[in-house]
Amino acid sequence: MLLLGAAFGVMTIAPARAEAPAGASACSGCHSPAAAGVAIPTLQGRSAEAILADMRAFRSGERPSTVMGRIAKGFSDEETQAIARWLAENDDAAPQP
Amino acid sequence: MPRPSRREIVSGLAAGGAALTFGAPHVLGQAEPHVVVIGGGFAGASLARALRREDAGVRVTLIEPSAQYTSCPISNLVIAGLRDMGDQQFGYDGLRRAGIEVVHQAATGIDADARRVRLADQSELGYDRLVVAPGIDVDFDAIPGYSQAASGVMPHAWKAGEQTLLLRRQLEAMEDGGLVVMSAPPNPFRCPPGPYERASLIAHYLKTHKPKSKLIILDAKDQFSKQRLFEAAWQDLYPGLIEWVSLSFGGRVTEIDPATKTLVTEFGSHTADVANVIPPQRAGAIAVIGGVADQTGWCPVDPATFESRLRPGIHVIGDAAVGGAMPKSAFAANGQAKVCAAAVVALLRERAPVVPKLINTCYSLIAPDYAVSIAGVYSPKDGLLTEVEGAGGVSPLDAPADARAAEAVYADSWFRSLTGEVFA
Repeated sequence: MLLLGAAFGVMTIAPARAEAPAGASACSGCHSPAAAGVAIPTLQGRSAEAILADMRAFRSGERPSTVMGRIAKGFSDEETQAIARWLAENDDAAPQP
Repeated sequence: MPRPSRREIVSGLAAGGAALTFGAPHVLGQAEPHVVVIGGGFAGASLARALRREDAGVRVTLIEPSAQYTSCPISNLVIAGLRDMGDQQFGYDGLRRAGIEVVHQAATGIDADARRVRLADQSELGYDRLVVAPGIDVDFDAIPGYSQAASGVMPHAWKAGEQTLLLRRQLEAMEDGGLVVMSAPPNPFRCPPGPYERASLIAHYLKTHKPKSKLIILDAKDQFSKQRLFEAAWQDLYPGLIEWVSLSFGGRVTEIDPATKTLVTEFGSHTADVANVIPPQRAGAIAVIGGVADQTGWCPVDPATFESRLRPGIHVIGDAAVGGAMPKSAFAANGQAKVCAAAVVALLRERAPVVPKLINTCYSLIAPDYAVSIAGVYSPKDGLLTEVEGAGGVSPLDAPADARAAEAVYADSWFRSLTGEVFA
């Protein structure tokens, strides 16, 4: 299911990009490329698999966190998969035009 | 403050703008659709950026009178002498580079039927969809004795800028042993934990530089955001320094005398050396002029698209909007902007908007190396943004010092990420 991303490859040349699934556009508030080099990691360059694994670990509490556990619990596994895919395929989720 | 009625504005537009309204109506597919955004704060600027990322075929014009934006988030550090004001200020060149037309003027009228916005220089802009993001206005009519002039003596500092610096200067000038009195407003208002973060950081300044001083918070509420975390931290970090007076114990300010810096409550009065009055608030004036604010002073919106419940074709985001449980925070404004941008593009392209989920995360600094957070996840339910059960909540009451220190670092990191996304 994580290979669906390939289908989005063509979107980069279209004027409009793939619509964000519910919740996905919020992430860049904290994790924008501008976060690179500060304490919160940017999501740029991360694979869907890695994002999904982290979100599952935050949600179960297996990976301790401050806010991420509280946020991850607000999304089903299906929603989280869709978010992870979209983030991996829309690396530019911020700010460069 | 007198405000023109909507009828006055609309009739003014009809008279003044008649010559401009005979152009051919905009037809989608024949030209770029045009979205006009009023307000260049975190909501409006985020929306403009998100629209251009979402669909480069949409023309975006941002109307904002100020050449530079002064951020309210973390401006309490400036008040406490822990941050330079310059670090709070951001220009609009990044938006221009992203292809957004930025017009440094005030919007003075909206004609929702003709889909036109009037600017201070009497020129007009047509739009296919309008996004109104004016933030808040301080309600100078709410507390007898308080006024724009009084705010020059007893600053509100609830819109960052000169007010922030005035409060800073007054604290610097105060003698050790002085009394600082703050008043906190009833709900809803911009940044629910903000008054208590401010009290904490002022207490940090007093403890460090003027340890014989005291701070009283007069509150129009019986509860406040992150209350147990704040109260526990005050006891640990600033014992005996902060006194919080709740509504039930006479905390509501009923009158103000700027000549003596006195705040009168139902139970007595407090004469301050430095007074910070945070009055009740309402949506920025253009929301009222444009007919998107209701009798509460706020703007009811659809929770999926942020389209106004009162004026189709106009969306309202950020602090001015009300649509359920989301607090008025910069994080929420940024998130709403991205959801609204996607909805606006979908509506312009005649697609069904995605049913969204929104997130809020908000840090409060209690000391430079001590912060707590609140988070929430929201989805539309019965026409309102409703908090998703089982998610969200505040930092644990028993978290160790290193967790508080980590959240202080994350607060700074969040600010850099957000301002980078919006203004860089």
